[in-house]
Amino acid sequence: MKLFLNCLLTLLFALLFGCTPRQKEGDYEKVVGYREAILTNAPEVPKSPGAKYPQKVIVKLEVVEKVMRLADGVDYNFWTFGSVVPGKFIRIREGDEVEFHLSNHPDSKLPHNIDLHAVTGPGGGAEASMTAPGHTTQFSFKAINSGLYIYHCATAPVGMHIANGMYGLIFVEPKEGLPPVDKEFYIMQSEFYTKEKFGRPGLSSFDMQKALDEKPEYVVFNGSVGAAMGDKAMKVNVGETVRLYVGNIGPNLISSFHVIGEIFDKVYIEGGDLINKNVQSTAIPAGGSAIIEFKCEVPGSLTLVDHSVFRAFNKGALAQIHVEGKENTRVFSGKQRDAVYLPEGSAVQSITDKRPEPPMAEKSMFERMEKGKILYENNCAACHQQNGEGLAGAFPPLAESDYLMKREDKGAGIVINGLSGKITVNGKEYDGVMPQMQLTDDEIASILTYVRNSWGNKGGLVNAAEVKAVRAGSK
Amino acid sequence: MIIALALITGPVACANDPKSSPTADMVKIAGGSYEAFFETTGDKTVRVKPFYLDTKAVTNAEYLEFVKANPKWSRSKVTRLYTDAGYLKHWKGDFEIGNPQIRNSPVTNVSWFAANAYSKWKGKRLPTMAEWEYAGRASFANDSRPVEEVILDWYSKPSQKTLPPVGSSLKNVLNVYDMHGLIWEWVSDFNGIVMGGDSRSNSAIQRDLFCASGSFSAADKEDYAAFMRFAFRGSLEARYSVNNLGFRCAMDAN
Repeated sequence: MKLFLNCLLTLLFALLFGCTPRQKEGDYEKVVGYREAILTNAPEVPKSPGAKYPQKVIVKLEVVEKVMRLADGVDYNFWTFGSVVPGKFIRIREGDEVEFHLSNHPDSKLPHNIDLHAVTGPGGGAEASMTAPGHTTQFSFKAINSGLYIYHCATAPVGMHIANGMYGLIFVEPKEGLPPVDKEFYIMQSEFYTKEKFGRPGLSSFDMQKALDEKPEYVVFNGSVGAAMGDKAMKVNVGETVRLYVGNIGPNLISSFHVIGEIFDKVYIEGGDLINKNVQSTAIPAGGSAIIEFKCEVPGSLTLVDHSVFRAFNKGALAQIHVEGKENTRVFSGKQRDAVYLPEGSAVQSITDKRPEPPMAEKSMFERMEKGKILYENNCAACHQQNGEGLAGAFPPLAESDYLMKREDKGAGIVINGLSGKITVNGKEYDGVMPQMQLTDDEIASILTYVRNSWGNKGGLVNAAEVKAVRAGSK
Repeated sequence: MIIALALITGPVACANDPKSSPTADMVKIAGGSYEAFFETTGDKTVRVKPFYLDTKAVTNAEYLEFVKANPKWSRSKVTRLYTDAGYLKHWKGDFEIGNPQIRNSPVTNVSWFAANAYSKWKGKRLPTMAEWEYAGRASFANDSRPVEEVILDWYSKPSQKTLPPVGSSLKNVLNVYDMHGLIWEWVSDFNGIVMGGDSRSNSAIQRDLFCASGSFSAADKEDYAAFMRFAFRGSLEARYSVNNLGFRCAMDAN
């Protein structure tokens, strides 16, 4: 009801002043009406206030120290702005005059304050907002500069307050607004320095030495490992344009922000006015931001990463956007073909190969089996599998293979020359390609001995001389 | 400014040393010196004269005796000039603690004025920041961990619903209990560093402490625990009451 009245009041002001030229108060546009800021939790972003004039804006934020999930099975005693990490997203308009109320929950062990990078004034409001547990403070500022700004706690020791979760974003929308998009999301990268190793279950605690050494156990988007993955992924439809408000608080690392499967159509570099186009990865400093826009042309999962990539796959810096809708094969076809690749040189016998064949000393069954096993696993197992059973429909089995065991050359010809075209093995048809293998006669003899005496096969010893004879015969 | 107010208008103005002798629950701390965490005058050495210090913080039960003897310090009678609305809010009534489990837990939700009045009633006084820091530097008697580590462990855990009794956390080599890891404690000049002077150098210290930018003038930049104590003191006013903030008393040793 109160909100409704506020809106009505604002509307009234808008009507009264709407058709007159913009009025000035000193150097600034006149402030007309007031509203209470709507704050959102990541990845949601509040709607644009859409005001034509600067307003007085009331922002209320509560600091709460509470235990929450850092990763599956891992808890952490976070210090938060608004009971969430990252803190609530604040959206105001250029010229707005913000009355900021910071409350510190009575159960807090520590005093806290807030330094908003959007503030022009000492400490970004830090001194003015120093708040003991169980108290509320108030200060006001005018949002002179538009842009996407970080806010964070700046109570000593600052690094620890930040490392424990006290940060968020405040967007000061330029007075002319931003071009409309279909979806907007809030992404915040940060590090956690825990005594316990990454993923170790239980209540983790802050490790000052790791923070000083800048060696985090966790690097995450939106406050925890997997905060925007799987069921919690952000969702958009094919054809929609997306705007990401991305912040990086650090406290130490610079982000190499990248979205796997997209090119940034636009990047508002460092969250300011300068726009770069067609960007793959954008650097976001600790305590900085970027606004990123792209159009989702095809369905699938887009993965947000810090492309300093061990952070992504080993420390948690991953998030997802699920794009749903119809395929557009002109933009992206999906997999069109998958065939065996025959590189020149490695698997194919080289024309210039004139290696003199060393004099052959035949080996015992035991030796051939031992050497053959290693050679088989390095050269053959990728297709025919370690157990010799092949892959149905693609690679024929060698285990109890009628095709192999009945051959007079004991299979030597296939290894020497390769094989392509239709064959039938144990009643099943295969139509693939096996490359020529660049192996010595001695090596082939060992492989064949191993293959012909494993997995149920009983074929006896193959000598190098036999292989040599097959090779001579096939030239 | 606030201390001056207390001297002039406080109901139990901080008089000079009452001629009483230390009680059995006090321990004599030999004088000495230490390197200040913050230096304001160019001399980093802080000298501390010998003094007596309570081995444990004042409990709810002990504070109840004070309130009974001085009803003007009961919850409903106390003036808002000297306490805020949170004063003794964890008690059941004016002269009733309620929860029997916290009788021997440290009293919290008391303002600096209240702590000061209690101390005077006992013939004692609040320790100075220098005295408290000096006693708080001593290592633990039965725990080899550095003091800072124990303190950081405390911060990394959420507040307990019920505070444990005094004497339940670590004792240091001076035979003083619970200096770290139980509660915050008032000191007589808690606002000395931040609000004490009007010189430019003092106001510069305030910025150094609370602003993200700028260089710290701290002696040991890695002593996060000390930063926290100073930051905590800096956030307080003498009438504030806080869930985790109590006190213990001291006395001159002449």
